[in-house]
Amino acid sequence: MSEPATISSFSLVRLLWFRTLLIFKNPSLHLGILGIFGFLLFYYLSTEAWELPRFEKLPGPVAVLKEWFSPDPMWGISLYTPDYYLHVWASVRRVGIALLIATGLGVPLGLLMGWSKVFKDYTFPILEILRPIPVLAWVPIAILMFSGTETPVIFLATLASFYVTVLNTLLGVESINPAYLRAAACLGSKRRHLFWHVILPGALPFIFTGLQISVGVSWFSLVAAEMVSGQYGLGYLVLNSYTSVTYETIVIVMVTLGIIGYANSALVRLLGRQLMQWRVRALAREKRG
Amino acid sequence: MNSAQAGGSLSIRNVSKIYDPEGANIKALHDCSIDIAAGEICMILGPSGCGKTTLLNAVAGFHGISSGEIRLDGTLLCNTAKPQAQQGPDRMVVFQNGALFPWKTLLNNVAYGPIVQQRLSPKEARAKALDMLGEAGLADVAHKYPGEVSSGMARRAEIVRALINDPKILLLDEPYRAMDALTKAIMHENLLRIYDLKPVTIFFITHDLEEAIFLGQRVVIMTTRPATTKEIIEIDLPYPRDHRVLSSEAFRLLVTQVKASVHAEAKKAFAAGEKERA
Ligand SMILES: Nc1ncnc2c1ncn2[C@@H]1O[C@H](COP(=O)(O)OP(=O)(O)OP(=O)(O)O)[C@@H](O)[C@H]1O
Ligand SMILES: [Mg+2]
Repeated sequence: MSEPATISSFSLVRLLWFRTLLIFKNPSLHLGILGIFGFLLFYYLSTEAWELPRFEKLPGPVAVLKEWFSPDPMWGISLYTPDYYLHVWASVRRVGIALLIATGLGVPLGLLMGWSKVFKDYTFPILEILRPIPVLAWVPIAILMFSGTETPVIFLATLASFYVTVLNTLLGVESINPAYLRAAACLGSKRRHLFWHVILPGALPFIFTGLQISVGVSWFSLVAAEMVSGQYGLGYLVLNSYTSVTYETIVIVMVTLGIIGYANSALVRLLGRQLMQWRVRALAREKRG
Repeated sequence: MNSAQAGGSLSIRNVSKIYDPEGANIKALHDCSIDIAAGEICMILGPSGCGKTTLLNAVAGFHGISSGEIRLDGTLLCNTAKPQAQQGPDRMVVFQNGALFPWKTLLNNVAYGPIVQQRLSPKEARAKALDMLGEAGLADVAHKYPGEVSSGMARRAEIVRALINDPKILLLDEPYRAMDALTKAIMHENLLRIYDLKPVTIFFITHDLEEAIFLGQRVVIMTTRPATTKEIIEIDLPYPRDHRVLSSEAFRLLVTQVKASVHAEAKKAFAAGEKERA
């Protein structure tokens, strides 16, 4: 790229093409795709080809795909029906709100606990007692406390994520090398500088690890909560399909949950990388050796 | 600049430090006295685990002392009645394992001090930081993160981050510990050059005796734990020094002299370690 004039749109396309090829040359991608196909093959053989015991009642991949991509699905849910998207949207929205609340409350609380010993002494024991209570045990309380169907479900989806976020944030603060705090003190930091320039960025790697886990537990709790209460959402749809004996729909919902969950985690990872360029670059250097 | 007149004489008088006096009762420093003149490069040499970092931390104000007194330019930092010194930018520490903030670029690391002390606006601070990084040969990597540069560069940047605050005294804790001999030699010449540009009192901890002799105007040899000053050796090699000094006769004589003194202490430290393990 000696002269700017030579960078035509043509070479840009070539660059993009080259990049894409590189992605497909990546051996772990090949193995991953191979793994997925292996799984699908096993699924197909056990359900539709050989109809193995225990598997014979399950809908096979061909039946599921047919239903999923059918403009006129037998059981009313496919990529072409608005209902499908209503359920997806209901769940995505709930998890979105739940994650926002869990992160918005959990991160400051965790930072505060790491920041102030006294505050931690007050809050840590109660947190540790509340934390092992399974989400489903909260269902009656959630329904008593919050009106309607929406808020209790969001409350339940928030709970586990909240604990994960608080604990990881706290761990993040406690993991900060004390030399950074000393260096900051030496350099003349006031307490608020310490907070913004050392505590927060220092805890960030742990916060994002926590966020990854938090996404998982949030979906987990959401589906459980939706099975108990609500008229929309993927969890509700699973249970509803079970009672109305529409098994293809169940598998469609499960695969949908898998894909959305994966996308959600990927999004969090991307955000983390964006916010922690320093780590990405340092790791890249280590890998080069 | 003004830093030459800004002083920086350090007086450590009869300082003792006991860790955990009610429990394990570990005596790290015992009746330790050192006087360092303004603008001097004073090397503290002692066997591993003798209490060097303990002394530095007391001067920096990271922890208190059990008795004695430390003064900077005659002003009291700490004594028996007020055991812990206030931390501040007049005494800048360069840490044993490096403490550049990994989440800030070298430039932002260096500019951080003047900004939080509100001595310079962020813009001025960054301009000055870029200047000083340039002087240290780090202009090209100013916008990189510490994790992206070599340990030698990181060390140099950390010293720049300290010096930009015009400290009275620079407290260095084995800054070149993990480096190979060649990098170390380059770092030494670099440090002396920076010192020439901007003389500042340097309190330099090491257990590498050639490093101590090459850099220092005086070498303070510490005893094994609990550390006191065992011997102070004047290094009258002329400045500016460069690597050729290392092969001079005078240097070799000094090495022999210091080695004899340090060796006895290292042996004692070793014996004490064996006893503890037994
Ligand atoms: N916080 C502490 N509590 C109890 N003992 C400590 C503490 N910090 C250091 N010590 C002990 O005090 C002694 C002196 O430690 P110090 O770190 O000052 O040694 P050093 O000379 O800097 O050693 P090194 O060359 O390994 O850096 C050591 O034996 C160490 O185990
Ligand atoms: Mg030490």
